[in-house]
Amino acid sequence: MSFIKTLTNSEQGLFKPDSLTPMQKLALRFVVVGLIYYGVVVIEGMLMRLFEVNQGLALGVSPEQFFAIMTAHPLVGIFGSTYSIVFGAFLFLVPFLMKKPLWSIKLGNWNLWLITIGTFVFWFAGFVSHYSPLYTLYWPLPADFSQFSVLGGTFFIVGIALVMVGTAFFVINIYKTITYTPEGWGKQPKGALIKSALGLTGLTNLFSKKKKEHLVSLPVAAIARGTVDTAFNAVVILFAGVLILIYMVAELFGVSLKHSAIDALLYKNIFWWGLDLIADGLVLIFVAGTWYLLATLITGKKLFMENWARAALFVEMIVSWTVWSHHLMSDQAQPGILKILSGEMVTAFELITQGLAFFITLATLWSARPLKMNPPLKFLLGGLLGFALAVPAGIMQADLGLNRILHNTQWIVGPHVHVAILIGLTMTLYSAIYFLFPILTNGAKLYSNKLASFHFWAHLLGGIGMGAFMGMAGLRGMLRRSIYLNGEFNIYMILAAISGSFLLLAFLAFFYNIVMSVGLKGVLGIFMPAKLNTT
Amino acid sequence: MTDSNIVLTGQTIAYTFYVLAIMALMGWFSYKVTRNGSGKVVKPALFYSFVGFLVVIGVSLHIVTHETIPWKSMDLNRAEIKADKEFHITMQNHKYLLPVPKLTITKNEKVRFIVESKDLTYGFGLFRNGNSMVFQMQVIPGHVNDILWQFDRSAVYSIRSTEYSGPKGVNMIMRDAIEVVE
Repeated sequence: MSFIKTLTNSEQGLFKPDSLTPMQKLALRFVVVGLIYYGVVVIEGMLMRLFEVNQGLALGVSPEQFFAIMTAHPLVGIFGSTYSIVFGAFLFLVPFLMKKPLWSIKLGNWNLWLITIGTFVFWFAGFVSHYSPLYTLYWPLPADFSQFSVLGGTFFIVGIALVMVGTAFFVINIYKTITYTPEGWGKQPKGALIKSALGLTGLTNLFSKKKKEHLVSLPVAAIARGTVDTAFNAVVILFAGVLILIYMVAELFGVSLKHSAIDALLYKNIFWWGLDLIADGLVLIFVAGTWYLLATLITGKKLFMENWARAALFVEMIVSWTVWSHHLMSDQAQPGILKILSGEMVTAFELITQGLAFFITLATLWSARPLKMNPPLKFLLGGLLGFALAVPAGIMQADLGLNRILHNTQWIVGPHVHVAILIGLTMTLYSAIYFLFPILTNGAKLYSNKLASFHFWAHLLGGIGMGAFMGMAGLRGMLRRSIYLNGEFNIYMILAAISGSFLLLAFLAFFYNIVMSVGLKGVLGIFMPAKLNTT
Repeated sequence: MTDSNIVLTGQTIAYTFYVLAIMALMGWFSYKVTRNGSGKVVKPALFYSFVGFLVVIGVSLHIVTHETIPWKSMDLNRAEIKADKEFHITMQNHKYLLPVPKLTITKNEKVRFIVESKDLTYGFGLFRNGNSMVFQMQVIPGHVNDILWQFDRSAVYSIRSTEYSGPKGVNMIMRDAIEVVE
């Protein structure tokens, strides 16, 4: 087949969008949107890397634009990219694994478009107005109108609010799908399903001689538990958004509200409690659930120590509600007891829960030797390595002694945040995408395995390299969220930028591979209404 | 008092060693998992031992740092410790207002920095001439932000805000603002 034919019609013409069910189309739409936003994040990341080396290299980016990018970059990454891919995959997997239709395809599509449009709105508002309070939104910076445009900020917050409403739709759809009774089925036991999904059955099984049957599979239980954190997180972010909007609307009407009406420390505690439900909650729970699913699908074997895995997911959910204070270890007004209990002790539990998930996944894979080293397995192992590197780095910085000299340095955002997200989370998502690709596309063929291999190595080396060089700079005192005008840390920033360019190349190779696999007509076809009625 | 550079060197060695070990383990696993196995599954005893190992590591890290990093226990008990000297510093409009142009400290003195913000959330960090960090804390408006530190060597330090407070805050640096003398 010629290049043009493949580009237009997919590899060997195997991808037929008309053969897709509405459910498959919904999942693929989410994935396409997620990958496009991931591309935006990679380009923004590269711009920031170049800016850190030399402002002149960053295509005319000004310091104000730099911080606006820094504000949008993680939010587009989390909401526009990761949420899209994860929501698409889970809205497909929950019905797929429970062998029942999704509760509402319509709500799923609303979910998709709210996240897509909301992400674009806040990204565009930041791009145009340079609204840049960062994702942390430390009070009263988001309402500091001597630095930021009120109108730009208003659109920014409205965009975030749209994403949160979309997120609420996801939560409703997941729980309704788990518990509802489809037409023609016998009545489903809602309470028992919820107990099983939340992990209470698994927990009681650990201590009971009479083991109860699990009504939902382990991956569905992981999705259900992570979704609890997703819901709480949406509530807290909406609450912060509404609060900021009140100040903005008042300002638009010529009334300047007093910043001191809000206690900055209390606000910071509430905001981090909610925000940390992403970083230390749903990400870890969703990732562990995805590891378990992939390990069982790749091997065809039962999960090693399944009851422990279920219980660990439940514990992780409780941990995620009580762990936020590790973000406030350098806040001297924060009570010391919270710093020790929530900041140090509970955070250390994540070493245990994530360590268990790591061990259980490896043991399950080990039980099925010999395995073929295909893209899903490669990326799964990469994802496991990512968290094995990033979680201990996080535990170290969540120590009162070390936090004093690490907080807000490049160490935090390098070896911990970027390695966790780029290597741990993203490689796990890539593993799921490579595995689900033939299932979601009714047997479309991957254009090139060599490109998939290049994607793996360039992403792995680029991500670890970037994290490592940022970490080295951090250990030497380089702050995050700052600008160094005299090239103080240039050697590390140049090496980090070179590593970052590997990430960009990896993404381009992957994107090209996927476009050639489904063809441009196929991409358009994904967004056309489904011709099949079956879900 | 143990210098922060010494602590960071220890951390660098420990983490580098760990990174190399876990990469080697994953490399070995990736190779072995594609080879024929003996059909044996992993024994639960190994799993329980691993759980125990993680518990020991998780708990011992904080005990070890409590016993070896001097500023950790001093920080937790700072309300009960009498400082040899106190400096009250105000932050407003992206500027530091120091009580005197240069803060002079005598070696081995315990010094309390009390920093107040009149508007935004800032950071208060001390840095050596080579840009490495001595310590930092957050400065939250409407709250008391204090840190106790013992300086055990003569040196000159700069103050820099360690928290982002908008684009106007990137130049919040006071070069050579603190001097520790014999």
